[in-house]
Amino acid sequence: MNSTEKGIAQHIGPDALARLQQVRIGIAGAGGLGSNCAHFLVRAGFKRFVLVDFDRVEFSNLNRQFFFPDQVGLPKVVALAANLLRINPDLKMELHATTICPRNVRRLFAGCDAVLECVDDPSVKKLLAEAMLPTAALFVAASGIAGCGDADRIRVRRLRANFFLVGDEQTAVCPNTPPLAPLVALAAAKQADAVLFHFLHTANPSRKSTP
Amino acid sequence: MHVIINGKPEDISLGTTIQKLIEAKKLDPSRVVAELNRKIVPGDQFQETKLQEDDRLELLQFVGGG
Repeated sequence: MNSTEKGIAQHIGPDALARLQQVRIGIAGAGGLGSNCAHFLVRAGFKRFVLVDFDRVEFSNLNRQFFFPDQVGLPKVVALAANLLRINPDLKMELHATTICPRNVRRLFAGCDAVLECVDDPSVKKLLAEAMLPTAALFVAASGIAGCGDADRIRVRRLRANFFLVGDEQTAVCPNTPPLAPLVALAAAKQADAVLFHFLHTANPSRKSTP
Repeated sequence: MHVIINGKPEDISLGTTIQKLIEAKKLDPSRVVAELNRKIVPGDQFQETKLQEDDRLELLQFVGGG
């Protein structure tokens, strides 16, 4: 156990930490939701991740995403992995700098106990939901996370035993409602919290969630 | 024909497909996830899946942003 993990165990205990460290988490999208969500999950004690994102870091991402100016131009999964390793140097991460499509979606997240839908494109959100909901994996998606004000509209709804949806389900990103740090990070935190609560209090990780 | 859509009772005509229902509700099929009687119906089956009496359909439309 490294020093970070000892520090985490001081809060949740070594047994709970050991349980979280067995969970394999897929994060689809390493932008505003995914980068912040991964950050919260690493601090929470999770250790095994599959990170998937086709994109590279841009300056316009720095208003809300967990990246730094010297990382502009890097693939997001590479930059995110580097930042997460600064929190816990012993993470086990599988990185995929690729687009999520019908041909690869099941293979990318096979063996994940939980999958977080953190992508921008609503048709890819749909693709992920249709691929993951019939499996045993916990699936936590987001819809409606743009703009600012009335932060309590970012709610968590449980739609199936293995499906949580975070957001106001209305406010799309557009010129009037850009994606901004507070609500995007709030939604990411609520996604991470749904996963943390599930594995701390309601489930033991199974290795049988392969689609 | 009587069905329940997103928890609300509705009367629709016999043979209505999921695709037709989504369009009638002015939703975008490329962003909608459909659950028919607790089972996920993939988008490529919207055209061919007809609703039956007393079916329970849930439609969830995603909005962009991540």
